[in-house]
Amino acid sequence: MIPSNFEYHAPTSIEAALDLINQYGDDCKILSGGHSLIPVLKLRLAAPAAVIDIGRIPGLSSISLDRDRLRIGALATHASIAASDMLGQLCPLLATTAHQIGDPQVRNRGTLGGSLVHADPAADWPAAILALDASITVRGSAGERHIAANDFFVDMLTSAVQQGEIVTEISVAVPAQPRASSYIKVAQSASGFAVVGVAVQLEIDNGVCVGARIGVTGFAPKPYRASSTENALKGNPITEDLISSAAALADSEAADAMNDIHASGEYRRHLTRVIAARALRAAARV
Amino acid sequence: MSSNGKNEKYVGRPVKRTEDPRLIQGLGHYVDDIRLAGELYVAFLRSPYAHARINSINTDAARNASGVVAIFTGSDIEGRVGNVPTAAALEGLKVPKYPVLALGKVFFVGQPVAAVVATSRYAARDAVDHIEVDFEPLDVVVDAEAAAQGGPVIHHDFGDNIAYVHRAGIGDVDAAFASADKIVAQKMHHQRLAPISLEPRGVLASFLPGEQQLTLWTSTQIPHLLRTQVAIMIGLPENKVRVIAPEVGGGFGSKLNVYAEEALLSFISMQLHKPVKWIETRRENMSATIHGRAQSGVAELALKNDGTILGLRYTVTADLGAYHQLLTPAIPTLTGLMLSGCYKIPAISMVCTGVFTNKMATDAYRGAGRPEATYVVERLMDIAAQELGIDPVELRRKNFPTPDEFPFATATGLFYDSGNYQAALDRALAMVDYDKLREIQKSDTAAGRLVGIGVSTYVEICALGPSAAMPAGGWESATVRIEPTGKVTVMTGASPHGQGQETSFAQITADMLGVDLNDVYVIHGDTGIVQYGIGTFGSRATAVGGTAVVYATEKLISKATKIAAHLLTTDEENVTFENGVFSGAPDDKQVTIQQVALAAHLASNLPPDTEPGLSATYFFEPKNFTFPFGAHICIVEVDRDTGDIRIKRYVAVDDCGKVINPLLVEGQVHGGIAQGLGQALFEEVVYDENGQLITGTLMDYAVPKAHQLPRYELDRTETPTDVNPLGVKGVGEAGTIGSTPAIVNAVIDALRPFGVKHIDMPLRPEKIWRVISNQ
Amino acid sequence: MKISLEINGKKHEADVEPRLLLVHFLRDVANLTGTHIGCETSLCGACTVLLDDAAIKSCTVLAVQADGCRVTTIEGLASAGELHPVQKGFWEHHGLQCGYCTPGMIMAACGLLRENLSPSEAEIREGLEGNLCRCTGYQNIVDAVESAAREMAGAVK
Repeated sequence: MIPSNFEYHAPTSIEAALDLINQYGDDCKILSGGHSLIPVLKLRLAAPAAVIDIGRIPGLSSISLDRDRLRIGALATHASIAASDMLGQLCPLLATTAHQIGDPQVRNRGTLGGSLVHADPAADWPAAILALDASITVRGSAGERHIAANDFFVDMLTSAVQQGEIVTEISVAVPAQPRASSYIKVAQSASGFAVVGVAVQLEIDNGVCVGARIGVTGFAPKPYRASSTENALKGNPITEDLISSAAALADSEAADAMNDIHASGEYRRHLTRVIAARALRAAARV
Repeated sequence: MSSNGKNEKYVGRPVKRTEDPRLIQGLGHYVDDIRLAGELYVAFLRSPYAHARINSINTDAARNASGVVAIFTGSDIEGRVGNVPTAAALEGLKVPKYPVLALGKVFFVGQPVAAVVATSRYAARDAVDHIEVDFEPLDVVVDAEAAAQGGPVIHHDFGDNIAYVHRAGIGDVDAAFASADKIVAQKMHHQRLAPISLEPRGVLASFLPGEQQLTLWTSTQIPHLLRTQVAIMIGLPENKVRVIAPEVGGGFGSKLNVYAEEALLSFISMQLHKPVKWIETRRENMSATIHGRAQSGVAELALKNDGTILGLRYTVTADLGAYHQLLTPAIPTLTGLMLSGCYKIPAISMVCTGVFTNKMATDAYRGAGRPEATYVVERLMDIAAQELGIDPVELRRKNFPTPDEFPFATATGLFYDSGNYQAALDRALAMVDYDKLREIQKSDTAAGRLVGIGVSTYVEICALGPSAAMPAGGWESATVRIEPTGKVTVMTGASPHGQGQETSFAQITADMLGVDLNDVYVIHGDTGIVQYGIGTFGSRATAVGGTAVVYATEKLISKATKIAAHLLTTDEENVTFENGVFSGAPDDKQVTIQQVALAAHLASNLPPDTEPGLSATYFFEPKNFTFPFGAHICIVEVDRDTGDIRIKRYVAVDDCGKVINPLLVEGQVHGGIAQGLGQALFEEVVYDENGQLITGTLMDYAVPKAHQLPRYELDRTETPTDVNPLGVKGVGEAGTIGSTPAIVNAVIDALRPFGVKHIDMPLRPEKIWRVISNQ
Repeated sequence: MKISLEINGKKHEADVEPRLLLVHFLRDVANLTGTHIGCETSLCGACTVLLDDAAIKSCTVLAVQADGCRVTTIEGLASAGELHPVQKGFWEHHGLQCGYCTPGMIMAACGLLRENLSPSEAEIREGLEGNLCRCTGYQNIVDAVESAAREMAGAVK
């Protein structure tokens, strides 16, 4: 319930934050909304010498449209993403995913960037981030780099963000058909985390699937794109039969399934196919 | 409730609770909200192992940590604090010594090993990390059924892990089974549950060395029983110990206990001459506050082809955990008492083997042994109905005693006071339109939908209870006093913690005395103020404690009448008392109860040989238990693809006798159903094969949330009881008892197309999916 | 570290350890003990308060993160002796028993009603997903919030 003591810094610029992070090296943690980090500190699963609170750096929580890309500051809260009219119009998958995270209080504090870096295999965001082929911008002392969603999730609780780097922004191309999307999850009954969650972004031309990206979270130690399903869909008329046969491949990319008291790997594998089919139906409005 | 039936201004009405204004403004005081000057904080180092030898404990670094005042280990206090007591007395019961801090060995994850006392919560917690303990892991016993058969022994002196074998029941069961047309049998598991009161436990102990007085604020359901036990454990005279149960944030049985921390904090305060506080964290609560249920057994029912029940047999193993807490071994005996359910069963036998395991002790959790019995019986009824091809409702009806058969003697040795099981069932069936529902179910099934209807009829044993059947007295006490200003003080030995008796007891007293409800103040939970009492558990507070209030008030009225007659200068026989006014004087003179109270205190004009003051105390000993009953019906739909269960309707008809305050009764039923539903669908304490607690936080132990629960449709029948003058039976546990079988029966009913007979709780979707997909 | 918070309209300044949780600041520094603690995993919601008008779990916020912010706790809800409509709803509909979850539940309901003044039953149940109650089975809580919403909507009109 009570964290170990730490030094606390609340820099007001990214540069100052990076300096602090370099100064402490491995012995510091970055705090944004705190809803991934503070529980870890309270359970003393981590006891860093310093906590660098980036929450007071201005400009990191804006949501904006830059030509054909939506730019979401790393500090944007789940609630602000869920409530954004612009995202509701241009990229409802982000809004609908945000709305399904945790509970209202958690959504009011938790941030997109913080959640992504924590890389919890049962988190909701990874599915949507993969399905939208998002780009994650990180800043380090060497400058800025962009990580493709596909490369971002490395392993359980491990992202591609390196020590000394801060996630500053997540950007996604405005989907051609924003509403051809869905996120459906089976929530763990206690925590609300995803036992399995599937996010879908489709592009359908005259009844034919011309684009499909599907992100799966919860099922495997790291979230993944259901490429086999995507490939089975692309170029084919969207029918119930196609959805069923394609969704049956949604577990193909993951060799190892998560397995805990809430759901065995076998059941998660089954759920992944079922939920993929439901998410596809919802996105395709079939 | 007026003894003469008049003046019912408050009783029976949905009076808003007098407790609420403070609670909805955050102004109530739970233990952690009480602050004493100079208080110190305690944090525990607890065992990370389920079974281990403690080779050494090094506290040097911790002692030097910032803010640390003292550290206590088992060997520091050996012989100076008594063991954690059990009140259960069963023939041949093995009772292991249960030290308040581990001595030599630890026996479950979460067992207290060392206590750090520091100047702040944070410092105390920090110092725990500096204590070094050399644990040597030992073989772990997790599975109670396996442990009953042999293997490693937890408490070596006993030779095996069997704490006791308890036999219950009357009648020739073997003959019943030999003569049966049909025998149905099912292995059933009642999973381990965590009570999860929202307020964890907490203790604040303050010893005054001059007065040699200890005050102990603790989140408990039994302040007086606790005072007695703690006084014994720490060696203080009982009358020098004052236990205060301030606002208590839920109990559900988990605070019907005497815990190591309560005695240890008391001892530490006596050592340090300072107030010391410990507030349980949720992780501690999950691992070191009692669990409930954890029975596993084979239940068998012998019937005739026409559905007449001939006998019931239950062979069960109870997973007791590593030690006995206050009532641990006694809980399964309540199961044995209630195995007749609401049916005529001529012969019943239960053999229960209580087994030690390397886990936290099980003990009373809402229902405490009765939900297990009801579940076993109600599941068997559905299985029998299915196998005999009889509608489950008809099978139940066929075996109900008729209302004129009460008091009804069971083959478990009980006498059910009163009942009309048909009426409650009929009402519930009418609410759902049962026959039509079965028709709809047929068409749903034909359309491939998995809809199930589950019925459960239950009877429970409440108002615990006659003292002869209780380990530490089953009576309850009340004092009613009218102060010189006419304000009424009620002191109850019951210890409500959410049930609302500050309101309902005030309703009773206000009606009887004909005073305004707001003039009555109910005091409870403070042994320094309130006469000895037993406490709140077993749906007893109103039936037993409320009755004590009635009799104390009657005593008080009787004395007041004598004084009133004197003031009215007439004979007592001429005096009538109504709406707070005594009349009957020849000259129509009247005197109010408040005037009588003032006269009683001024004492200058009293009848001869009359004690001054106006106060009466009554200790009520119930002559029997009460046996409330009801019928619950649940309608579910199962998602064929995921195994997910959706509750479409939940109907409950409960008969708890007369109702003092319908708001409170409905609230109890709602909460009870929610907990039963939690057991049926979500909740389970899971230890792994090493005795590690997997469900150590609320992230893994699923307490139901608002969106996971249905709207409940309630009704009541009212069958009088003569066990107490209020005619109340108790309702605190009804919902928990009636609901679990209704839900499970509904799900199994929905899965009929797959030929499934039984699925153990909790009905996780994965289990359902395995049945559907034949995995 | 020196911080300053405005709690229920009153300024509170203190020098605190950075690790101090906001809930401990409220309870132990500001002595506002109406905000309760029921778990350590941001799940039960007993510690819910409004931080700059949004419902949050104060056990998962550091006091230093709230430096310069406005906090409303259960003690700050009633004004001039008049109960807030949500408080009234809980009283009238018997939306509490032991009362321990109640302050957090009420604050969560206030947060919900700030965003949606006419929530459906399902929206109320979803909106209270972050708060556990072990006593009431939630039905009376839902009714309490519905009745508060009606009263507040009436007041707005």
